[in-house]
Formats: sequence, C-alpha cells, structure tokens
Amino acid sequence: MARNTAVLVLGGGSTGCGIARDLARRGLEVTLVERGNLTGGTTGRMHGLLHSGGRYAVSDQASATECIEENEILRDIAGHCVEMTDGLFVQRPEDPDEYFRKKLDGCRECNIPAEVLSGREAREVEPYLASDVKRAIKVPDGAVDPFRLCVANALDAEKHGARIETHAEVVDLLREGDDIYGVEVRHDSGPGKRVHSSAGTTEEITADYVVNATGAWAGQIGEMANLEVAVRPSKGVMTIMNVRQVDTVINRCRPKGDADIVVPHETTAILGTTDEEVDDPDDYPEENWEVDMMIDTLSELLPILEESRTIRSFWGVRPLYEPPGTGTQDPTDITRDFFLLDHADRDGVAGMSTIVGGKFTTYRAMAEEISDHVCDKLGVRATCDTADAALPGSENLAVLKDAMDDFGLRSPVARRSKQRLGSRSADVLETDDPNPVICNCEGVTRAEIQDAISQSGSDLNAVRIRTRASMGNCQGGFCCQQMACELHPEYDEETTRAALDELFQERWKGERHALWGEQLSQAMLNYSLHATTMNRDGDPASADERVAYDAFDGGPGGDR
Amino acid sequence: MAIEDDVLVIGGGLAGATAALSAAERDATVRLVSYKQSTLRHASGLIDVLGYMPTGVDEVNDGDDGGDGSGTETPLVDPFEAIPSLPEGHPYERVGLETVREALLFFDSIAGDAYAGEHTDANALVPTHGGTVKPTARYPATTAAGIASDPRDALLVGFETLPDFDAPLASAHLQAAEVPFESRGITLSFPGIRRSDAKITRYAHILERDESVDTGAGDGPARAALAHAIGTELEDESRVGLPAVLGDEHADTVRRDLEERLGIDVFEVPMGPPSLPGIRLEELLYDALEEAGVRVTTGVPVVDYEPVDGANGSDTIERIDHVVVDRNGQQVPYSAQQYVLATGGLVGKGVRSDRDRVFEPIFDCHVAHSADRYDWFVDDAFGDHPFAQFGLSVDRELRPLEESDGEEADDIEFSNLRAAGAILGGFDAAAEKSASGVSLATGYAAGSRAGQEASE
Repeated sequence: MARNTAVLVLGGGSTGCGIARDLARRGLEVTLVERGNLTGGTTGRMHGLLHSGGRYAVSDQASATECIEENEILRDIAGHCVEMTDGLFVQRPEDPDEYFRKKLDGCRECNIPAEVLSGREAREVEPYLASDVKRAIKVPDGAVDPFRLCVANALDAEKHGARIETHAEVVDLLREGDDIYGVEVRHDSGPGKRVHSSAGTTEEITADYVVNATGAWAGQIGEMANLEVAVRPSKGVMTIMNVRQVDTVINRCRPKGDADIVVPHETTAILGTTDEEVDDPDDYPEENWEVDMMIDTLSELLPILEESRTIRSFWGVRPLYEPPGTGTQDPTDITRDFFLLDHADRDGVAGMSTIVGGKFTTYRAMAEEISDHVCDKLGVRATCDTADAALPGSENLAVLKDAMDDFGLRSPVARRSKQRLGSRSADVLETDDPNPVICNCEGVTRAEIQDAISQSGSDLNAVRIRTRASMGNCQGGFCCQQMACELHPEYDEETTRAALDELFQERWKGERHALWGEQLSQAMLNYSLHATTMNRDGDPASADERVAYDAFDGGPGGDR
Repeated sequence: MAIEDDVLVIGGGLAGATAALSAAERDATVRLVSYKQSTLRHASGLIDVLGYMPTGVDEVNDGDDGGDGSGTETPLVDPFEAIPSLPEGHPYERVGLETVREALLFFDSIAGDAYAGEHTDANALVPTHGGTVKPTARYPATTAAGIASDPRDALLVGFETLPDFDAPLASAHLQAAEVPFESRGITLSFPGIRRSDAKITRYAHILERDESVDTGAGDGPARAALAHAIGTELEDESRVGLPAVLGDEHADTVRRDLEERLGIDVFEVPMGPPSLPGIRLEELLYDALEEAGVRVTTGVPVVDYEPVDGANGSDTIERIDHVVVDRNGQQVPYSAQQYVLATGGLVGKGVRSDRDRVFEPIFDCHVAHSADRYDWFVDDAFGDHPFAQFGLSVDRELRPLEESDGEEADDIEFSNLRAAGAILGGFDAAAEKSASGVSLATGYAAGSRAGQEASE
C-alpha cells in the first residue's frame, strides 16, 4: 500500500525538528506533526543553556564528553542561535572543596577547557558575585535560543522537502496487527499554516516508519497503540529577570541542588531550576515557593537578585526515562542520557521507534543516531551531514559581520535584528517599504514580523518565538496590539482579534508569577492600556448583544 | 525658614491637579509637589466617569442581561443614574453623586472649549485606536466628530510608519461592533516623515508648525500636503478620523485648518502612550494651576513625614506636622495645615509592593491585601483582579483609614490627610472605565475640604 510519507516524525521540539532536518537532508520524504507551536512542549521551556558539559563532568562523563563535542558543532552550524558567554562554576565557602576538585578533574578528563579563577578574579568577570565567593572554574558554557534553533531546523527540513504541520495533534496511532503505519491527526485549522477561526479537519497520515519524538508526552502516544513507555516527566521552574545581571553563565559548584544556575539570555537572565516528578506533563501545580526559591537561593551567589525585577516565570517538563527496573527514586539522579526504544525489538510491534530522555545541547547527535536507525530500517544508505551543514541563518556569518549594512535601521534595533536573523538578515530586512519598530523592548521591526507571519500563519505566539516580539519588559503590553495589526489585511479582522486575545492571554500566564514590585506596576499599566484606553474587555464586537448606539451621546452638534 | 502653605498636594496627575485647583478656590495657599511625569501622558485624554457597572452589581438603567458573568456587557448609557447603586466603599459612594456632578462642572469650567460632552448626561462612545468604542462622559473637542453614535460615514486614515493604528483594521473592527455608520480605512505615508522610527511628537510638531515638507511635487506646507493626500482618497464620507497627532498646543487650529481644506469634519482617534491628548490635558491643567496661583514644585519625591509632637497618645489621632522632600539628596521639610495624597496607584507608584506585601510608601497608610501574593490576581487576563483594586480605604471625607478590626467604626490614620485618585482602593477603574471621573471627583472633594479647613 502506498504511504503518504516515508517517515512521520511526531513532535516539533528540538529532537523532532532535528530528526526531520537530518532525514530530509538525506533525501527521505519526511512529515512532522506537532500538536501546538514548534518548541511548544519542553524545548521552548528550558533555560537556554548551551552546555559545555561541565555540569555532567562528575556524575556522567559520557554525557559531558558528548556535550562539549556538540557545543563546538552548534557554534559552527547555528552561530546565530548561540551566544558564547562562557560559564563559571562558583564555589561558596560552605560548598565542598572535594567536589570542586572533582569538577575540575572531570572537566579535564572530558576535554572541557577549564580554568580556575580566584574569588577576586571571578568577581572581576562578574561584579555582582557575592563578596565571599571562594573561587570558580571557567568553562565554555553558552546561551542558546531554543526557539530560533528549532525553527531553523524546521525551515531547513522544509527547504529539503519536508512537510511540517503545527497545531496538528495526534489523536490516534494507526496500527494493524503488529504493525504501526501512521497516525490520525486533528488540525486546529487547515491543514497548512494555522489560521484562527478557520475550521480544522482530521487527517490520516500513513508512513513507512513513525518516530515518536514527543518527549514527556511519549507515554501518551504509546498508549494509543497499547505500548508502554514509562517516561517520568519532571518539572522545573525558570524565572526570568528583566536585565542581564550577569554576562556569564553562573553555576553553583556543588553536587546537586535546586536553584543553581543563572543563564544570560538576550536582554534577560534566566534563573533555574527545580526537579520534581509530575504525573501529567500538561497539568501540574506552578507554585510561588518555587519562584521564591530561585530568588532566595541564587541570591547567595548574586545578592542583587533579591532586589531585582522578574518579568515572568515558566515551567518545563523534562522527558526523563530510565530502563524498567532501574528504580531511581530522586528524579535528579535519573540519567540525562537518551534512549531509543525500537518497539519491534521491545514489544514486537513494527514500524515505530520512540525517543525519550536526552537533552537540548545534544539534540543533533541524538537526531543523527535516530536517523541512522530509521535509514537502517528503511534500507536507505545515506550519510548524515548535519554536523557540517550550517542552519538557515548561520550559513555565512563572517560576511555578515563584515557588512555594515544596517538596512536603514538604527542600533540597537539593527544590531539585535541581525543577531536574530543571522545570514537571513538581508533577505528579511531589505525592503523599500517603511519598516517601523513593532516591539520596542526587543527591537523587532515590521519586516521581521512579516517574515515570521509568512512562516507561521495567524498564530502570534508562533511569531513571538521566531522574533522575541512581546518577550521583553512590557511582556507584550505595548506591542501585542501592533503585532496583531501586522496580520491585517492578509487575515481578516475576526482572525486578528482572536490572535491578539490568544497572545495577550499567553503573556499574562507567565507574568502572573512575577506580580510584585515593578512588574506588578507594569501589569497594571498593561491592564489599563488594554482595558481603560482600548476597552478591549468591553469590546462591543465581542458582545452578545448589539450596543444601542442611538441611546448614547450623538455629539455636541446636536443636529444629527 | 520652612516651606509652609495652607494645603500641600502630593502628586501631579489629574487628581492632584484637581485637588490643588479646588483648594485654591477656597482662598487657601496651595502647593503641589510631584516627582515623575504624571500618568496623564499615558492616558487617552478621555474623561470617563462610569462606563460599566462593577461585577456583581445589578445594573439600573439598561435592563440588559449582561450580568451573567459570561461574554461582554454592554456599556452604561447614563453614569449618573448608575452611581447611587455602587457598593459601599467605592470612591463615588464615599463622595456622593452631587460631588461627582460638581466635580465635572468644575472640570468643564477649567477645560472650556477644549472638551465636549457637557451637553448631556449620557455617555459618549468614542472609537479607540484598536477599533473598539469606549464609553466616556467628556472627550477632547478634537475627537467630537468621531463619536460612534453619529450616523455619518467615516474615513479612517492611518500612516504606514505608525504601527499602533491600522486604519483598515480599526475600520473593520468598528463594522464588527455594528456601529451605525459605514467606515473605511486607508493607509497613507505621512508628509515630512522620512524615518520609520520618528516619535509621535514629531508628527504633531510637523502639523503644529505646518512645516515645509516634500510633497512629491516640490516642497509645500505639511497640512496642505496631508489634506491633499486624504482628499484624493475621499469618497462620499462626511468625516475623517486620524490618529491623535494633530498638533500639540494648537490642536484646534490644525484640525480646523484640515477641515477647511477638506470641507468635512476631522477628528482624532485617541491613542496609547505617549498620548498627545493626555499631554494636552496635562498642559491645560498646569496652565490652570499657574493661573490659580498654585505653587508647583516638580521633580522631587516626598519620602517621609513627621507627626506633630505629643499627638501620639493612644486616644488621639495623629496629625502630620510636615513632610520630607528629597531634593538631590537634601531632606527638605514642607509643612502645611492640610495634606492631599494623590500619588497614584500601582502605575503611578503611590501604591507599591514587594513579594510579601502591598504598601503606601510615604505615610504607610493601610492597604488591604491578601498575605498570599497568588491571591492578588486571577487567571483570566481581563478577570476581576484584586490587584486592580489595591489602594487606600477612606472615610466619607476621604481620610485614609487604619486597618479595620471589623467591629468598631474605622479609625482614620491622620486628622489632616486626605487621599484622592488612583491611590484609592475598592474599585477597578479599568474595568468600570471610571479612572478619570474618580480622580476628578475625589480630587475635587479632597481639595475643597482641605482648602476649607485650612482657611478656617
């Protein structure tokens, strides 16, 4: 029977997009389905650390070695998604000397460049470090934009013929006997790019091989075909500060513990995290003690955090997995390694493999290994080139640095736009039309918003993850209305209104965890702007009943 | 020698300015001190009084079924008819309906021709830059021809470099709101604007000064160029709406000039911050303050106060002797008989918060709030947020009250302190559309009481 596609990848996170890109570049026909936006699961909910491997240098040296290798590869192939900040493992007086020594030895054993700094030297690098910090180990950690990286993988996959369907939730696995041959998906709208208020359809997509790359949701997918995948979702909180208190990744140098990392990310710094197992990756408590713990514990390293402004907090769910019978109690101790479960070998059900575990920094290596497995299954002989082929946006970064073309934009808007777009800058920003700034906090112009809309339809959250628009201090209070205007006239007024409401609500969701001090004032300002000035909460276009206009003031003329 | 006045008003927004003006009417010497730019500059310049009833209060004058909590309610036609039904503790309930009316008359006398709406008790529905309509009691004269109940067809004009007002979209939105007229939106380039990142005040200056601009056919005055560009697009609409950039101090002249050239009415659509109608209102108020002889000290924060000695006994109410103003690090005392606190709400920083509490920073007046900050909000972005109601509880003379023990009548914090405007609690100004009206009514009431007592 003819199948719709050779390979069907479930899940649009870093793993799924990495696999789709890898296989598409090897010449395979690939379809990827994702129930929300790309990165909507765990990928978009991480702290943005590009691991040097230092974090695993004591506990898991295989992972550490793999991290430093992939770290170096991503700097080459995804330069426009990566900022090499370096990282410090910082020891406080109460942190054990022995562990510090083990960390240093471990880094050297794994070929992670590591250098010891005295407390004074460390404070010269990061002046906000606490005055009693004892010493630190400097490693090549970095910051990575998971949205940009994931979208770039998807773009490249599409460029090589892949079909990427977002907002397409898998509602059933198609299984005949002991053979899985596809899925049924429910499109939120379409198929195709998401358009609000346009009805969706269900679709059966058949494939020669299915890759379940849904991470923390892999168990739910497995259940649809009576396959047990005992993924152990574990939540972690991340709290975003309004500025970069540090320009270097700051790790606490102690065996393990919550709230032990600060990652500088674009204009912000992200505090992380916790590690707590949850039953349902879609429904778990988000609690204020978790946010308080980030601020209070990390203030031991960076006292300024106690008084600083946070703009939102978010939670992510790790797709932890360990083979049946391992029996680790504390999720912190579960390996971060990934597992490829071939259901043919494991359950006697052919046609599908599931990937669980793993970490963002090594997504490419995971994708390569899984793609090798898929090729093997399909009898395809093609080599992987993803370690050498630059992602869209990173093809020619040296040229970009030399070129002083600012596309008529002033800095910092020009600088920041080019950092985001990399070698796509000219394609996106060169325009004869006026190109005003839409998001002032993040310096995003109309041209960049339009480029994102052309990729993603009327979904403004998809525009947000591509551009960072509405992710700054005002959390969209000032710009989400303008972002919505950019949808018109391609999308009609009703669609635009629905898209605006959705973005505004999404922004509010994370902001709720930062509501004190300056950010509570900001929230009140946003609320006033949208309710008092625009009356969006009383919008007669959304009311059940028509307003009796003639009962109201008809104007001072009185003759109409 | 200490700086001494009869009445000291702290805060320079709508409430503070109104309080100072009404105190000055009572022949008191009045000083107004303000710190940062007032939130008037963020505001649309509309003077709303009451557009919707608070959640849970039965409506009195529409008989609509909007009270079921689902969907969007329809706006109140007559705010004055609705005010007596407001719950106890609402600022309007505190001052009473007659004071609200007096305060509006007082505003009308200050604003003169610059504002309209006094000819009727009914709310006006003014189109917003997002394409909705907003109920308001008074509106700048520059927006008068745009009112949504006016059946004349309208052309909305946006500019390609001003992304917050998309005229075709706003127009489609008004049609979805079923306004009683046809509207059409077009997008033009603004004469004289070459850069996409020009500030909104630049647009206003070009029209205010009628600068010479490149019209495409040689240089010419900006207003003529704009009128020409609109004129060529005009069909049979009898009014034209533009974003609120029609000049700053002489908005009236700019508008009339465009009207003469086009032969039809021209109106402004109020915009978000920075807002020219808000800035114009601020200028109007500060001109009035100067005329009324109010001494205005700007750019300095009030950081502390000293009570009158010996008034600290258990059964005596504390009295403020003077407040302490920070002038470049110098602590300078300012004293007065009576004080009005109009430092704003969360936005104006008259009410502040940290992870554990919500407080009023100068006098530490009591602000009611839950100890758990996760009770300060609800999950719906436009839900009934407790934080939107954070502020001071006051008695009927607008004197801040201490924390209530629930039994006795509440005690006032200070015998000579009144509060006005957004610093007051117990109402959601954004949901009700009552921010300006409450500032006017409570500013007027606090100022006249303070002025009267100080000059007695």
